[in-house]
Amino acid sequence: MSEIKIRKRNRLQSVSLPAEIIINLLVGGFALLCILPFIFVIIISFSSEESIRLIGYSFRPLEWSTAAYKFVFDMGSQLWISYFNSFFVSTVGTLISLLMCVLYAYALFRKDFKYRKFFTFFVFFTMLFGGGLAPTYMVCKQMLGLSDNYAALIVPALVNPFFIIIMRTFLQTSVPTELIEAASIDGSGEYNTLFRIIIPISKPGIATVALLTVINYWNDWFLAMLYIREPKFYPLQYLLMKAQNQADFLIKNSSVIGVEATKLLRDLPGTSLRMSLVVFIVVPIACAYPFFQRYIISGLTIGSVKG
Amino acid sequence: MGEAKNKRKNRKKTLMLLTMVAPVSIWLILLRYIPMAGIVLAFKQYKVYTKAPSLINNIVHSNWVGLGNFKFLFASSDTLLILRNTIGYNLLWIALGVVISVSLAIMLNEVRSKFAAKTYQTLMFFPYFISWVVVSYFVMALLDPTSGLIVKAQLAGGGEATNWYHDYKPWPVILTLSNLWKNMGYQTILYLAAITGIDKTQYEAAAIDGAGKWQQIWHVTIPNLRSMVIILLIMDLGKIFNSDFGLFYSVPQNSGSIFRTTQVLDTYVYRALMNSQKIGMSTAASLFQNTVGFILIMIANTAIRKIDPDSALF
Repeated sequence: MSEIKIRKRNRLQSVSLPAEIIINLLVGGFALLCILPFIFVIIISFSSEESIRLIGYSFRPLEWSTAAYKFVFDMGSQLWISYFNSFFVSTVGTLISLLMCVLYAYALFRKDFKYRKFFTFFVFFTMLFGGGLAPTYMVCKQMLGLSDNYAALIVPALVNPFFIIIMRTFLQTSVPTELIEAASIDGSGEYNTLFRIIIPISKPGIATVALLTVINYWNDWFLAMLYIREPKFYPLQYLLMKAQNQADFLIKNSSVIGVEATKLLRDLPGTSLRMSLVVFIVVPIACAYPFFQRYIISGLTIGSVKG
Repeated sequence: MGEAKNKRKNRKKTLMLLTMVAPVSIWLILLRYIPMAGIVLAFKQYKVYTKAPSLINNIVHSNWVGLGNFKFLFASSDTLLILRNTIGYNLLWIALGVVISVSLAIMLNEVRSKFAAKTYQTLMFFPYFISWVVVSYFVMALLDPTSGLIVKAQLAGGGEATNWYHDYKPWPVILTLSNLWKNMGYQTILYLAAITGIDKTQYEAAAIDGAGKWQQIWHVTIPNLRSMVIILLIMDLGKIFNSDFGLFYSVPQNSGSIFRTTQVLDTYVYRALMNSQKIGMSTAASLFQNTVGFILIMIANTAIRKIDPDSALF
């Protein structure tokens, strides 16, 4: 199931015209509602501070302005640091996480693996029961040293049992067992079989898990909230959260100081600036996901039934 | 091939596969199984052991309080509110979620224009990819006390603006709408995937029997979705003590004056740990949540196994 195909119907079987109009209004209306808040935020980010002061956030601001973006490009050193952090954490995290996931899932997929049952249970049990937030936090922070470093943003999210199960199910449905047997008879080692034969034919499954993992990392702010105090490690999402209460957060951590900073703080396009931050975070996702959604749907369909 | 050679080959294979499971296993031991031992904290009064502070020393030298943390937890009237919120929101959203997303999926399946259907799907899926922090900005664009769209509309209408982030009464509605906004599209797409998987001949047979569109939906589509709906429902009921932390933490912007309607077990566990350093209480609440959750999932799984053995989790 790689893509949802809209079922072909002959015209006689379709709903009546009035019903169809109502359906389009309802479904289309809901679909529009899903994207509308984002459009609204884009509009606010391009509104002048004066307009926001006078009439508040509005779909039709009194005056358009790019001050917020200009400010971000001129001054937002913290923004670029956070952009880098999010990018770095998402890339490195996804690569390591994916490798670990594929290795584990492949072993679980191998029916002739002697300890298959045990390791399936080993990962599955953690979905059902856990130590809770406080013990996990204390172990991570005090025993593993996950505090104010990139590892704190990467390591706690490396393994997702759910993704391992999705990956294993993908392998079960797409890789014929005979292939493994044939490879084994040919004297192919396990790693060779996995990397030369299995991975090339499981690309859709790997893409699915990779995308779900990237989104997880890109959207994470909880790990930063738990383990990060230093602004230089803030990922975008956490910066956004911090900026909710302090619009001047961006400038506080910038390199400009003294009189110039005071002047900048006074002219700070506070509200539109915050909204432009949202735009900076959402745009990469909004541009990318329409191309990837079919992979994600197939993964989630597997996950919703088995997982 | 000789017996011995075969054995050696098998042992080598097992060894190789063990190296493959090693990275995840090590991670699971460090970040999942060792913290499970930390559950003892639920029965202790956590104190830093000043002579040689280390996590293990601190835990070992903390005093046992037996069920003290639990007694304190359940004696508090806040806890009742928290449980009411957690269970109440979950029940409401499970019910609303199924009804709305199944209806939307059935309707979406009837959209004739392929382009329109694809566009609707893509737009609907958007909120799934957005973090709750971003959603909290969307909500703020409407409710911000000085510039929010709704606040301005209230003032323009001559009325008084609601102090949204300090008035607990509207939050059940705000949280419900936020949750529906974020999750409905994705759930709809999952159900749509199931609908498009229904064997077309079933519809043709119904049409030959003279069934209209409504009857086809009622007698073919819904019965086909039934087992999926039931399984997802049971699974959701198994998770009734868990909530989406991001929604309850960041959409109300961590505002203390509205905890009455926004505090749930997950946010309590976090706040007890990070804000008030009540480590024992936090662990106790987690342990309660996890234990009850575990029992519920087990019951849910048994129920699913009775309905459709293939869909059972284990």
